[in-house]
Amino acid sequence: MNVAVVRFPGSNCDLDVVAALGATKGLKPKLVWHENDDLEGFDALILPGGFSFGDYLRAGAIAARSPSIVRVRRLAERGVPILGICNGFQILVEAGLLPGSLLRNSGLRFVCKWVTLRVENNRTPFTRRSRRGEVLRLPIAHNEGRLFLPKDELAALNRKGRIVFRYTNEKGEPTPGKNPNGSQENIAGICNEDGNVLGMMPHPERAVDPILSSEGRSDGLAIFESLAGLSRSGN
Amino acid sequence: MPGITEQHPIFVVEVVISNKVAAKDPEGDVIHRDLVKSHFPQVKSVRVGKSLRFRIEAASPLDAQSLVRRMCDELRIYNPAAHDCQIAPGRLDG
Repeated sequence: MNVAVVRFPGSNCDLDVVAALGATKGLKPKLVWHENDDLEGFDALILPGGFSFGDYLRAGAIAARSPSIVRVRRLAERGVPILGICNGFQILVEAGLLPGSLLRNSGLRFVCKWVTLRVENNRTPFTRRSRRGEVLRLPIAHNEGRLFLPKDELAALNRKGRIVFRYTNEKGEPTPGKNPNGSQENIAGICNEDGNVLGMMPHPERAVDPILSSEGRSDGLAIFESLAGLSRSGN
Repeated sequence: MPGITEQHPIFVVEVVISNKVAAKDPEGDVIHRDLVKSHFPQVKSVRVGKSLRFRIEAASPLDAQSLVRRMCDELRIYNPAAHDCQIAPGRLDG
């Protein structure tokens, strides 16, 4: 499976994503520049984290008007799996490919720590390896991760199963104390109507090697192995 | 607070803080170059600022403006070395 990792000026998690994809059996990553590289022929797309265009205006706002987004939108409509991580999520929201807004964290601080997530929807190409209700440990590192949606849109997302991850405690309970940024209903990730476009604030690419986790875990692999269509046993 | 009476109306005073004209404004430059210019070539430049809106009790619009000016100076709400601070006369709230 050929996977494009789209680079913008200010992306800084692109090489980590390439490394994580490269470490996953069945995935072939390629870095593409947002302005001029063709996205045709790729089986999946990842918009990595960072500070595209310096986060000027609003995080993701300028990248969302970049020429590549027209091509990203076309692929999204064709059902190609697209994952936006952190700033990539912000870009997808600013481009209107995912609903809502990602506002400044409620504590008005950049939050960088490991969090616990519950998988709410395992029907996306990026979560099918997980069980519904499974708990993952992944790191976050962001300043604007507080998802905000009007009440009716939030209700519709819940109804349609489009909330993919929530911040929870280790028992999988979404408590206020485990919400790192004030996101509505502890939401950490959502998908589009068809489920092929997923945005998430946590960084799975930073959690693919046990040596990078104080707990010796590599839960981020679940996301990339799901994309590769691997079974839980990894083959 | 000294000087506050219940008789005075409430005015809204807008303050816009932006980089001095001579100082570079990288955020405005990027918004112009990478977002605006290709869609609206008529736009020749963009400067970014921060806007603050104060609701303030005062005897007149000009009193409200001068009180906000004094506050911005005394509390260093802008950095006089790097910023321009534009303060409009107050307008009646509501």
